[in-house]
Amino acid sequence: MEYKLTYNKYTEALKEGKFLGLKCNQCGAYTVPPKKVCMECSSEDMEVVELSGKGKLQTFTVLRVPPEGFEAPYIVAMVETKEGPWVTGNLVGVDPDKATMNLMGREVKVGAKAVPGDKFSGGDMMALTFSLVG
Amino acid sequence: MANLREVAVVGIGHTKFGNLDKTNIELFSEAAMDAINESNLKPKDIQALYFGNVLGTHEEGQLGMAAFAAADIGIPYIPTTRIEGICASATVAIREAFIWVASGFYDIVLAGGTEKATVMGTSYATRTFMMGSDSRYECPAGITFPGVFAMMTYLYSKKYGIPLDVLKDQMHAVPIKNHANGKLNPKAHLQSSIRDIMEKQKAKAKEKGKPVPTWNNEMDFLHDLSANMMVAEPLQLYDCCPFSDGAAALVIVPLEIAKKLTDKPVIIAGVGQCSAGPIHNQKDISRVISREFSAKQAYDMAGLTPQDIDVCELHDCFSIAEIVATEGLGFFDFGKGAEAVAKGETKIGGKIAINPSGGLKSKGHPIGATGASQAYEIAKQLRGECGPRQVEGAKVGMTDTLGGDLCTVANIIFKRGW
Ligand SMILES: [Zn+2]
Repeated sequence: MEYKLTYNKYTEALKEGKFLGLKCNQCGAYTVPPKKVCMECSSEDMEVVELSGKGKLQTFTVLRVPPEGFEAPYIVAMVETKEGPWVTGNLVGVDPDKATMNLMGREVKVGAKAVPGDKFSGGDMMALTFSLVG
Repeated sequence: MANLREVAVVGIGHTKFGNLDKTNIELFSEAAMDAINESNLKPKDIQALYFGNVLGTHEEGQLGMAAFAAADIGIPYIPTTRIEGICASATVAIREAFIWVASGFYDIVLAGGTEKATVMGTSYATRTFMMGSDSRYECPAGITFPGVFAMMTYLYSKKYGIPLDVLKDQMHAVPIKNHANGKLNPKAHLQSSIRDIMEKQKAKAKEKGKPVPTWNNEMDFLHDLSANMMVAEPLQLYDCCPFSDGAAALVIVPLEIAKKLTDKPVIIAGVGQCSAGPIHNQKDISRVISREFSAKQAYDMAGLTPQDIDVCELHDCFSIAEIVATEGLGFFDFGKGAEAVAKGETKIGGKIAINPSGGLKSKGHPIGATGASQAYEIAKQLRGECGPRQVEGAKVGMTDTLGGDLCTVANIIFKRGW
């Protein structure tokens, strides 16, 4: 069966402000970032859906020593989406020098930003962004 | 499981680790020939090579390194296989060699690994190491290995209710212990204690006529952000292992043959290996599920439990990584590993000796070689050859090697075969 939500489709949607995922017709679980099969029950019977973009920040770090091509400081975070899956991205709109563990558990809204590619990345990339809500 | 033959390590080799002026192949050949010579064998006796190397393409522009490595020790016409399991590559290679010998397919196999990471420099090395993360769905955020373990640290602190400042002091006990051990290991990359490093920096300041820092002890030094810079909050420089060069290798044969070659064959009693997906799949990374599955396989195969392990070389790529590993391997309860290291329970002579070699932190972390280096140390420990860092009476030892964002873990349990 053809790959339902490819990286290209997923990132093209992010560029248009849509956060897509997959909903399993067998068990009802959501999968994002996309995979060939449902993360919970490994069924291929899934449909592409737009996700709420709501989530809770679970953990984070302030990167001070970046890899080539990135400029520090910046915040990397993991967010548990309202639909269940966790996603990794950048927390934006928060001063890295003021980031503390109090961020953990905060509600966030998922967005995305373009990241210039390098000679290894096979083109430009899209990173998820998280903005604090309330 | 199929009927497997008993398998043992008969010879081991290990280069100095550090910032070295030799090629990947030169390093591997030194370790390999030491292992073959110690086995009382000749290169032509080797039937296959399982070879760990991760970033040879970026370090030296070299693919197919396993074939060239075999040719360098005079056996170009054998099957060679490069194993890439990120930082766990060499343990995956040893497990592979074990399986082929245990199954009876081969009798005499060489396994090990080599890496030459320092040539890349920090910025490029950080980029190439990041290739071990999910390139589509995580790398665009600029995630790094220190970043992953930093996120693990916050999760650990919150989950177990250990205030961050308390946890960080417990974490500082990891480099203090591992550097103290590594000081006793002539092959270590950073062969000095944290106190040595601190005193050296004081002396340097004095020599240059600069104000001499007023650190009273290692904790003072480690608390000082100007001495111990922030890498990925809350991880600082001394929470992180270095980029290193080096190689290690072992010769693996059936026990029956081993007994003819050496008085002290080191039996491979159990092996385990498990993958995991990217960290977003793993979710709460304060526990490493791949390790829990891998270790269980190794314990079950060996018929042993965590209480039976006298000495363990485990994957302390970061201070928190050692703490979490001591829990995942079953040496301490979940949430108790940080307290255990702070209380000295993992020192040589403690409840269980963890990383007597100095670990990745002090001995160094040439990623393609690390698992073989851990196996080398355990073999030396079981043979009673470790001098001042000897764990007295060690009979059973274990290695634990972790690759990437916790996405590959492999474990091996060794015991005395005499
Ligand atoms: Zn499902």
